[in-house]
Amino acid sequence: MARLTPENVTRARETIALYPQTRSALIPLLHLAQEQDGWLTPDGIGHVAELLDLTPAEVYGTASFYDMFFTEPVGKHLVSICTNIACLLNGGYELLEHAEQSLGVKAGATTPDGEFTLEEVECIALCGNAPCLAVNWRFFGDVTPTRFDELAAGLRAGQLAEEVPPHGTLNRVWRTVGLVAGVPAEGRVAVQDAPAVAEAEPPADTVKDQRGQREPADEQATEDAAAEADAVEGSDEGAAE
Amino acid sequence: MAVTDAAPIVTRRVGLAESWTLKSYLDNGGYAGLRKALTMSPEQITQEVITSNLLGRGGAGFEAGKKWSMLRQAQPVYLVVNGDESEPATFKDHMLIECDPHQLIEGVVICAYAIGAAQAFIYVRGEFALGLERVQAALNEAYAHGAVGKGIFGSGFDLDVVVHPGAGAYICGEETALIESLEGKRGFPRIKPPFFPAAIGLYGAPTVVNNVETLSNLPWIVENGGASFAALGEGRSTGTRIFSLSGHVNRPGNYEVEMSKTTFRDLVEHYGQGVRLDRQVKAFIPGGASAPWFGPDQLDMPLSQEQVGAAGSMLGSGAVTIMDDTTCMVRAAWRITRFFHRESCGQCTPCREGSGWVEKIMRRIEEGAGREEDLDLLLDVCDNIAPGLSWPPQQTTICVLGPSIPSSVVSGIRMFRDEFLLHIKEGACPHG
Ligand SMILES: Cc1cc2nc3c(=O)[nH]c(=O)nc-3n(C[C@H](O)[C@H](O)[C@H](O)COP(=O)(O)O)c2cc1C
Ligand code: SF4
Ligand code: FES
Repeated sequence: MARLTPENVTRARETIALYPQTRSALIPLLHLAQEQDGWLTPDGIGHVAELLDLTPAEVYGTASFYDMFFTEPVGKHLVSICTNIACLLNGGYELLEHAEQSLGVKAGATTPDGEFTLEEVECIALCGNAPCLAVNWRFFGDVTPTRFDELAAGLRAGQLAEEVPPHGTLNRVWRTVGLVAGVPAEGRVAVQDAPAVAEAEPPADTVKDQRGQREPADEQATEDAAAEADAVEGSDEGAAE
Repeated sequence: MAVTDAAPIVTRRVGLAESWTLKSYLDNGGYAGLRKALTMSPEQITQEVITSNLLGRGGAGFEAGKKWSMLRQAQPVYLVVNGDESEPATFKDHMLIECDPHQLIEGVVICAYAIGAAQAFIYVRGEFALGLERVQAALNEAYAHGAVGKGIFGSGFDLDVVVHPGAGAYICGEETALIESLEGKRGFPRIKPPFFPAAIGLYGAPTVVNNVETLSNLPWIVENGGASFAALGEGRSTGTRIFSLSGHVNRPGNYEVEMSKTTFRDLVEHYGQGVRLDRQVKAFIPGGASAPWFGPDQLDMPLSQEQVGAAGSMLGSGAVTIMDDTTCMVRAAWRITRFFHRESCGQCTPCREGSGWVEKIMRRIEEGAGREEDLDLLLDVCDNIAPGLSWPPQQTTICVLGPSIPSSVVSGIRMFRDEFLLHIKEGACPHG
């Protein structure tokens, strides 16, 4: 039931400063709150409203329009299985059924131990690797029942913590510069010195070359993730050529 | 390996090691288009894009250069990138965002320079977590490299680019809903005409909304000239285009092919390596779930926007879904209908209520409780949503989501009436 931490308030202010109008930061700030708590708590919504100069009702009313926001707690792992047309043709419903049996819950429910929330979703744009699913929005293609069980076991055992961050965490790469082009905008909050942190490089592809290769996601090289961690230092000025 | 000699344009770096990093991008010719663009005038760039006849790759297929020329003359101008890709069976922007984010950023800066944009926003579908990370990391690199920011590559052009996440709503792919969403509101499409984004867009300012793939073509077009792009393809459908091939083929995937000169059959047989288990094509969806279906007799049609349009469907989002002869057409049509019902934003009665009725009746048939009269009832309800049941549709609603609801159901009934009837008579699926 948390308000944003001081660190997240700083992030929120930096985000607001990127937009000509404050309200534009609403979705990014809700993601931030959901990243912090795993779901949108009433206090989190209230704090976002405060930061944006809106009422909690306005924020709640907007949040409820979007499928990714949860105003009730969810499991550690949100398992989203696609059953739309390409997946339907390739066993998406069979995969969903298997997942329901394997996890012991129906779509829409959370396992009693709080590990998994299972949901049936619309197309997740991985149709070339149908049937497919996402866990906390990290994608897995060509999921057979066996692979599903392995994946669930790996998640339960905490073996995939690197690949699959906690629910709510979307973008682990923070912006390293504020606005620099100097476009005047009314009501724009002064850009605080953006933290010049070198963020961890995003993980390797889950899909890799989608040009017709059916590459199982778990065979992806993880060495990709190590490289290039220091290449993204930014400066407020934006380096000239 | 391609059916024609045309080399891929937007996917040419996909599959290279760490293709998403600045280093890989620069090693493979990256940012040369932008450097050249900055030596040209904005008008010259727009002219090259007009010459290329690049058609929007987001679904509506509108000429990109023409769209830029229609901007209302006022300051500021914004560029909004549509990376919300959620049309069922479409998965090309997802790949471009993850595998070549610098190419997108380069295209964004070129477009922003051509239209004089004060700021650009890259709206990425919220579910694309890795994509968001890749674009943000690339953008950080691009700022540090001087390709974005103040005095880009030593020129007098300044531009800030912001990556903006969505949060799960198909309708936010519709450009005016996208703008509403970017303004921090519910994704309710705006009524247009009269006010297209080019006149009144983001924050009321003139705004260009372009799709990820559309913009990703710009570096190549600037480098090689619009005429080289127009030399590929035929008629209005020039250049190459990515087709997301899915369903019952041996090798589904994204294939970038020359437009007009490649056919649906080439996609299925050559690129997709045939229908699984050597079965027959029963029907296919030529342009995403919103598009009316085609039968096997249309497989030899070229991938041409005009020809597919003249035949009563559309290339739409470039998603081609193949259904083989074991497919239950009732189930396929029902599932697509359920999608539209779930995703209707609810502003317009024909769409909100119509999608619910069509879904319920389809489900009843699917579950074996259908009645023979249901088929005419379905056509009637669909006719209320899109009078005349033709494509392009008559619109009674604010956006085209509504009139897309009938596409699958009406195609199913027109092409497979007997199968629908058998389903009803037997009270079960004839396919078991
Ligand atoms: C219901 C609906 C959903 C849409 N979804 C998308 C989408 O996900 N991505 C996209 O680029 N365009 C989508 N469009 C098309 C956009 O409204 C718009 O035409 C497009 O972004 C313009 O860019 P382009 O000219 O470069 O194609 C959608 C349209 C409708 C009516
Ligand atoms: S047609 Fe449907 S989705 Fe589009 S504005 Fe109307 S109700 Fe919303
Ligand atoms: S239809 Fe399942 S991912 Fe697209």
